[in-house]
Formats: sequence, C-alpha cells, structure tokens
Amino acid sequence: MKIKELTDIEGTPSEMEVIKDRTNYLRGNIEESFAERLTASIPDEDTKLLKFHGSYMQDDRDIRNERAQQKLEPAYQFMIRVRLPAGVATPHQWLTMDNLANTHGNGTLKLTTRQTFQMHGILKWNMKSTIQEMNHALMDTIAACGDVNRNVMSTSNPYQSDVHGEVYDISRELSEHLLPKTRAYHEIWLDEEKVVDSNEAEEVEPMYGRYYLPRKFKIGFAIPPANDVDIYSQDLGFIAILKDGKLQGFNVTVGGGMGMTHGDTNTYPQLARVIGFCPPDKVNEVGEKILTIQRDYGNRTDRKNARFKYTVDRLGLDWIRNELNTRLGWEIEQERPFQFDRNGDRYGWIESDGKWHLTLFIENGRVKDFDGYPLMTGLREIAHVHTGEFRLTANQNLIISNVTATNKEKIDALVEKYGLTDGKENSALRQNSMACVALPTCGLAMAEAERYLPVLISKIEDTLDEAGLRDEEIIIRMSGCPNSCSRPALGEIGFIGKAPGKYNMYLGAGFAGDRLNKMYRENIGEEEILATLKPIFFQFAKERAENEHFGDFVIRAGYVAPVTSGLNFHS
Amino acid sequence: MQLQTMNSPFDQEQVELINRLLPMLTDNQKIWLNGYLAGSQSAATVAVQEQPGLEWYAQQGGAPAATREITILVGSHTGNCESVAKEVSKKLQDKDYQVKLTPMDEFKPKDLKKVEDLLIITSTHGDGHPPDNALALYDFLYSKRAPKLEDVRFSVLALGDSSYEFFCQTGKDFDKRLEELGANRIHARVDADLDFEEPAEEWFDGVFSVLNKDRETDRPGAPTAASGTQQTAPAEQPAYSRSNPFNAEVLENINLNGRGSNKETRHLELDLEGSGLQYEPGDSLGIVPENEDQLVDQLIAAAGWNPDEPVSINKQGDTSSLRDALITTFEITSLSKPLLEKAAAFAEGNALADLLEPENKEQLQAYIYGRDLIDLTEDFGPWQTPAAEFIKILRKIPVRLYSIASSSKANPDEVHLTVGALRYEANGRKRTGVCSTQCAERSEAGASLPVFIQSNNNFRLPENPETPIIMIGAGTGVAPYRAFMEEREETDAQGDAWLFFGEQHFVTDFLYQTEWQRWLKDGVLTKMDVAFSRDTAEKIYVQHRLMEKSQEVYQWLEAGANVYICGDEKYMAKDVHATLAAILEQEGNMSAEQAEEYLTSMRSDKRYLRDVY
Repeated sequence: MKIKELTDIEGTPSEMEVIKDRTNYLRGNIEESFAERLTASIPDEDTKLLKFHGSYMQDDRDIRNERAQQKLEPAYQFMIRVRLPAGVATPHQWLTMDNLANTHGNGTLKLTTRQTFQMHGILKWNMKSTIQEMNHALMDTIAACGDVNRNVMSTSNPYQSDVHGEVYDISRELSEHLLPKTRAYHEIWLDEEKVVDSNEAEEVEPMYGRYYLPRKFKIGFAIPPANDVDIYSQDLGFIAILKDGKLQGFNVTVGGGMGMTHGDTNTYPQLARVIGFCPPDKVNEVGEKILTIQRDYGNRTDRKNARFKYTVDRLGLDWIRNELNTRLGWEIEQERPFQFDRNGDRYGWIESDGKWHLTLFIENGRVKDFDGYPLMTGLREIAHVHTGEFRLTANQNLIISNVTATNKEKIDALVEKYGLTDGKENSALRQNSMACVALPTCGLAMAEAERYLPVLISKIEDTLDEAGLRDEEIIIRMSGCPNSCSRPALGEIGFIGKAPGKYNMYLGAGFAGDRLNKMYRENIGEEEILATLKPIFFQFAKERAENEHFGDFVIRAGYVAPVTSGLNFHS
Repeated sequence: MQLQTMNSPFDQEQVELINRLLPMLTDNQKIWLNGYLAGSQSAATVAVQEQPGLEWYAQQGGAPAATREITILVGSHTGNCESVAKEVSKKLQDKDYQVKLTPMDEFKPKDLKKVEDLLIITSTHGDGHPPDNALALYDFLYSKRAPKLEDVRFSVLALGDSSYEFFCQTGKDFDKRLEELGANRIHARVDADLDFEEPAEEWFDGVFSVLNKDRETDRPGAPTAASGTQQTAPAEQPAYSRSNPFNAEVLENINLNGRGSNKETRHLELDLEGSGLQYEPGDSLGIVPENEDQLVDQLIAAAGWNPDEPVSINKQGDTSSLRDALITTFEITSLSKPLLEKAAAFAEGNALADLLEPENKEQLQAYIYGRDLIDLTEDFGPWQTPAAEFIKILRKIPVRLYSIASSSKANPDEVHLTVGALRYEANGRKRTGVCSTQCAERSEAGASLPVFIQSNNNFRLPENPETPIIMIGAGTGVAPYRAFMEEREETDAQGDAWLFFGEQHFVTDFLYQTEWQRWLKDGVLTKMDVAFSRDTAEKIYVQHRLMEKSQEVYQWLEAGANVYICGDEKYMAKDVHATLAAILEQEGNMSAEQAEEYLTSMRSDKRYLRDVY
C-alpha cells in the first residue's frame, strides 16, 4: 500500500505534520540551531524535531523566575533518552552513562518507566559529544522520543533465563527493524558525510514514509506471570506463550495507552486487547504491519486523538485483525491462554541456572549520590567488577544480572559498603511506588512527582503502620501531568497532577496491571489525600478477603466502580 | 586699577609711592622694570625650589611677555585628570588668565613650540604606561622630532596610585623630558595618590602663586588670589561633585550571576532625582565608599586603640571619633611602599625597616600583595605613637569609579551600574573589595550611596549615529555598552553595532543576556559574539572570537567603525590589541608596523577607544 501524502488527509493536518513535511526527514535546522551561541535554547520547530533524535529541550523551572529577574534566559538544557531495548546494558555502557551524567549531565541518571536511561541537564554545546560518546559505547538515542516506535520493553524477571534471553533477542531485533532509516541522526550528531537524499519517501523511509507516525508508538514484551512491562499500556504488545519452559510464540495485543488530557473526555487511558497469536519468527513482520496500519489510519489532524488506541477503538478489533491479516498475507492464530500475577518487581537475590541476579530498589529510578547513601558511586563500583549485565526494569529498578557465584561475594560486599538496598526495609507500598520526573525539568509537569511521592509515602506509612499494612503490597503511582509517564492509571492508588500541590486521586486498578483505576477525588492536596485514604486503609485491614488486593477491595467496598475499558474511564 | 594696601602686599607709604610712579612710566620702562625686579628677586631666592620660574626670568635677564597663554594638556583615562584640569582651567579663567584646555590626543605635537606656559596633568596607566590619549604626545616628545622648548614654562601634576610600583611614572616622564628639552619648570611636579584632591590643590596653589607673582610684576594691580576671587554664582552648575557627593537612593540591586557562578556581579539602579546630575554614555559614576565596620573594629583591636578617641581627619582640623574616621575617611585595606616607610618610624624594632631595605625588594612586594593594615599592625605593631598621629600617614579612602551602564535618555533620573563584587582569600583571611562589597552587601534597595559623575570624553559614542561600532568587553566591561545600546535605541540611531563579550560560564555569567537578545531581535545590536572561557577544555576568550571573524571585523574597520575596548587591561585589552593588529596584517596585507600605524591613526581619529583598568 502506498504511503499517504499529507494532501490525502481529511481535514487540516496538525502543525507537527506540516513540520515533518518540510524538514527533510528529521533534519530541519537542528545543526544550525545547535551552532548558535547566544542562547542555550533552540527554536520551537527544532525542539519538536529533536524528539525524534531522543532529546527534549527543557529548563530548570525552579529558577525560571529568579533568572528572569537576573536578566538571564531560562536555564535551558536538554534531556536525552537512550534507546536501550529491554533495558539491558553492559557494565561498560553503565560506566559510560555514569561518566556522561557527571561530566555533561546534572550528576544523576534516571532509570525510566520504559527501561532506559534518561540524562538531564545537558547543555546545548555538550549534546554532540554526549551522543558521540554513547555511540562509542554502542548506544544511540534514535527514536527514543518522537512520532516513531519508542524503546522496546521486555520483562526483566530473570526466573526463566533461557526464555528471557530468547525474548530479549526478539525484542532487540524488533527495535532495530522499526528504526527510522533516515541518516539525519548520523549526519547531525556523528559527523557522517551528508548524502543528497532522494526525496522519494519509499527510498528514504520505506516503512515510516515522509510523515512518520501520527504519534508516539510503544511496544512491549511480557513473559507471564510477570506483567512488569504493563503490557496493557502498550500500543502493541507481545505476551510470551511458554510450553514446558519453551517459547511457543506470542499473543499479540493492540491499542493500549496511558495519556489523556485533563477535562477532555475524548481522551482516556485504555487497556490493550489480545487479537491473536503469532510464532516467534513472525514478530518483526507483525510489528511492521501493525505499525503501518497506524501510519495509514491514525489521526493526523488532532494529536490528542492520534495514538493507536483511538485508531483501534474507532475502527474496532475485528477490523484491525482483518487489516493485519490482509497486510500479512496470512492469518494470525487464535490467542492462547496465559496468566499474569503482578506488575511489580521482586527484590533481592535469585538464582537461576547457576547464575545469580540481584534486584535493587532504586526509588523512582533516580541514581545519584544521596547524603549518606552513595548509590551512584556504589553502582559505579559494581560496574567495575561486574561481568554480567545491568537490567533496567519497567518499575524503575535495577537488576545486577548474570552474576557468577564467585562474583556474588564481591557484589554483596559492595552492596554492603555503599548501603545499596533491595528495599525490603521499606514498606511494601514504597517498594511498589513509581513516579515520573516532573518538576523541575519536565516542561509538561503541572505538579511535583518524583520529588514529592517519597515524602507523601512517608506520611501514608504512618497510617499503614497503624492499620498493620506495612508489608501489604499496594501499587502506588504518581505523574506530574496526565501524559502519565509513570502509568498512574494502572496504580491501585494513582495520582495525576493538576496544579502545584494538587492531584486527582484514582483508586481501583488491578494488581497485575489488568484493570484501569477510576477517579475518586479531584484536585485535592496532601491533607485531603491523607484524610481520604486513612479510613479506607483501616476498613481494608479489617474487612479484606483472603489475598484480596487493595485495588480489588475498593471496588468491592463500593468506593469506585471497576473500569474494564478506557471508554468507561470517565463515566 | 589703583594699587591699595587691601589688594597688594605693600604698606600705605609704599602704595602711595608706587601709585605716584606708575602713571609716569612708558610701556618700555614698565617692561624693563619688570625684568629688573624679577632678576634682583631671584638673586635672593635662588635656593627656593618652589619658585623656579623666577630663576628662569633672571637667567633670561629679560621681561616676560605681558600675557602668557596657559595651555593645559590632559592625559586622562578614567576622567580624574580631566576633572582636575577643568577645575584648574576654571579657576585660572576666573582670574582672567587666558587658558586653553586640551586633551593630549587633540593637541598637535608640532604646536608644542608655540606653547608658552604649559601645565600637564596626567595619570599613569597600569605598569607605568601613559594613558591611551597621552600616547601620541608622549611618543613625540621622546622621539628625535621633539623640538627644543626653551621658551616654554611648565609644571606637571601627576596622578597615580602608590600601590603600583611605577607610581606616577608618566607624570615623571613628562616632567623629566620637558626639562631635557629645555623647558623651564614653573613649579615642582606633584605626585598625587588616589586621594588626589588635596595634593592637586596644593599644586595649583604653587603654580598659581608663581603665575600671580609674574602678573603682579607684570601688571601691578592685577587681582591676586586674595582679592580676585569672584563670586560667580554657579546656578547652572550641578552642586554635587566629588567633594560634595550626592546621596543616591538604591532603587534596585540584583545579582546578575545565576546560581553556581564563581562571580557575583551586581546590577545597581540608583535614583538621581533632584540631584541635577547629568551624564552621557561613556561617563563613570564615582562612589565614595566606606570601610566595613567589622574590619575597622578588627584593626582597632589589633592596634589596641580606643575607638572613641577624637582624631583630626583633614587639614582643616575637622575631628571625629577614631572609629568613624577609619570607617569613612582613611584607607585601611591596602598597603604601599610609601605607607610602610612611614609606618616603619612607628614600629618597635627593625623588622619593618629591614623589609624596606633595597635588597629585600621582592619580599616587600610579596608582603604588600594581598595584605592590609590589620596584617601590618599584627605583624609590626603595636605602633609607638598615638592613633591620632598614626592615622596621619594613611591615605584618604579613594573614591571608586564605575562605568555607567545606563543611558539617561532611557532612564531619566536614574543611573545604573554593573559592579563585580571582589572577594578572595589571602594570608588566611577573607578579603573583600571596599566599594564592590559595599555595593553587594550593604546597598540593598532603600539604602543610599554618595555618588558623583565623572565625565569621560575618551569613551563616547560616535557623533554620527550612522557610524558602525564594535564593542569589546569582558565581565563588567560590558557596562558602558549597555549604556550605548540604550542610547542608540532611544535615539533611533541607525549605525550597525557588534558586541564581543566574554566571561567564565554561559549559564551563569552571561551578564544582561536577555537584554542583548532583545536588542539583537530589534536590530539595535547587529551582531554579537560570546566567549565563555571555562565552558570548554580549551579556554576561549573574546580575542579568539575576534580572530574567527577577522574578515568581517576588517570590513567593519574599513567601513569606518569605531572600536571600543572595556575591561581588564593586563589580560584582555593587550590581547585584543594584538589581535586587531593581527587581523589588519592578515586581512589588510599589512606589515606589523603598518598595522600599528593603522591603529595609532584610529586612536588619533578617536575611533579606537579604550576604558580599561
């Protein structure tokens, strides 16, 4: 099928579509804008294009007003996000990121909810050398943001390590397969010689075309019973089906997504649904065809309704399945049974096939040297001796993976020395918490998230202790805005920022990430949050059924109605 | 005019005799008598060095011209000399002398021969070099082309800073050279330190007494210093000056450096309403600072003095408590060789005197650097003399001059400053700049600072608003360029403008960043290049940016652009000068000499202007 032209679109194309049209396959004026020395910012149009190169322009919002008074422009800086399929990094790559964070970044690393590194505070003039050094360590940031396929996720649970390795390979191949083909990134950042591109989309970007996708596109691989990647939040998901410990293939899910807009009920979080099964060697083909369906049928006039979930809901699952089969030229199979038990991580050491794996608790994924807790130094020291891999989890934690029995002692000693932790001294609530970055760097944030959730949890813990729920696993998530990077709609307790200090509070998501939550209170501050939760916790402690999770209880007790589809999220 | 006892040194009898004689004399007789009297006088006072002029008359054996024109040549950098010269000129004119006041760079060296009485008032720059606008005349005098100046009488007032090794060197050089060329000294040179007001007055009185005596001899009955003071009402003149500063209220005081900077640069906005003070872009604002009271208390404690002891603070005999005197009047934060020499007389033992021995020159310099009176007192005190005596050896607190950062057209009744707070650690103690930390720490909005305007004609926007300008500045050196931009914006001047700015870090030290960005957007500023030396492994300074743009810079120069340099002399102005020369060589195919000549002629055309310190 020929890729549509902008002129084929019904209605007025969104501004972003026009920008993609005139910027020559993600080149625009990025190179010139980065050479300009009088401002640390780049023009608006280039910031939009830059996302495709894995970076957002931001500024330190804490000091925006202060600097304006000082006659200084905002403290512009860049966030850069690595493409790290399945969150697997070698010790050398870890050390590269650690070094870059301390030389060009703000001295910290963020392990994201999509299993990759994010670095903040990079100045314009350091961007090129940062990207080049990543390149030397065989990492790139291509398509880490933008209207393309993003970082491909995969279950970090190391229980089934053979299958895990197999699925990891498949996820990495799919990530490579779905990369944009333009050389813009290599020319701008890696000094690759410029070639005069043919302007024919079929030659330059045979899969994406000139306009790429209408919106971002997210893919995940889950290996049941772990749903750590929140498979239902992905545009496209692959659920591994195992038989006797061997990989048979994948159930294919479509149409999940978290983001919405406050006050616009045409936007909503949605859960992905299974449309069939495909064998392992067909994953790339299925992935590509689904992606092109979204390319051709996604909404290009309204970015708020452009995610694949809206396309799926508009056209229907059957239509999608039929269109996929048509494009494949063969039919995907009937879905197979599977069972998820949780979407959180399991902490501590695990042995599997003679290798050891240590899951460390990294609160909100922030790696830095805290007062009395030199986390960043400790992990650096581990990277110096570690011979396996680092695995970044979808819950912002870190697995020191494939540790030999002899190395285990060394690593244990370093864990001890630097006060690293599997988090088990924390409440189970904190162990199951997740927050996006939000203030001060994220331009979209309406309220605090990463800096505030730990404080809020400490206050909630007082109640939990009183109610005897300290060891009760409850998923709690906070996002600074409804774009929902921390997947708050899948928290048994979810918070989405509305204004400084004010949040919408949501209750009732499924513990395995299989049910959305529902708004219980709108626009409330800390006092009301605590006062609202307290009686519910006490009632839960007293009246819960055996093994009943908090998210299920609040529905049974009538606090909120169950949300089985995003279409009911606002009703 | 009749000679009287009131307006002359003669008694009644003598007055009657002279008054009877004078109307009977012809002009020739008067001239002869004049010379005769001068000659006989000199025989009696030949040893009195203060009156060398009379000696010269005697040697000439003839009569001086009836009216000798006084030429005042000013070598000025910050405007101090200029303001002294203006005052001298005015005083002389008030007494009916014919005076021509000229900045040295506007004076044709060849006209030296025609000069009659020459007063030179000059500062010294950096390590003993002449100020920019004195260079051409200085070089001419020391060249083979310098004429004999036997008919010229002169006296030199040298301004300087005794904390520099080559104190008042340019004044000394002029003084020496004029003598070598045969000119005759009217009055011995005076070397004035930063607190130059009193020595300048003494110099003037000395010069004037000679001129006046000449005139009395020449024209008996001419007004004397005592009688001739005219009560000209200075109604139009601003009443506020260096000696009578205006207390300006601080309206705003902002730190221009962002968090994490090594620097603290204050932007001060001061209220001039009601002061009558006026200024032009390029002028400086003088601040009369005070010492920090804690530092004064520390000194008093170290010396074992009584803070309440009344002390005399000037020659008029005004008194105040020792503590107040040290806060408001005397300099305590820097040392100089002359000061140590005087202090040595009050020191017990010989340690200080030994340090001053010629063979200990290097140790002396090392000692003086970064130390203050507290150190001196702790190291060599207690002083064997009462506080009231000791403080007589101290300099007055020098006023500080800051290039004005605003245009009065854009900010009526306000003046803005850009002040870098100086703080450093030396010899185990934190040290601070007297005035800059007063501005930074003790001048919050609502406080006031004693200020005056110091005019600086050596740093002006071109008269023609179409003339392009290249402005080069590092750190607080951008201050006058902000004034330039405000002025050009306000007057809608159409000339192109190009700013080169340098500092340490882009993020925190880009002074007035948003203002430059706006002026660039609006076209008031045509181009801007920046160099942030500590953002890159290899240090990049403004001169590197200049060189990168050499072709375009050369085009601007050829198109008649004015070049301005403001900021540090040692580390910036020198390198920028060398770079400009290199650009001329490279782009204009000039030899090194031709490039220097090009810059020299730009300087004499007032197209190459510097405000460096």
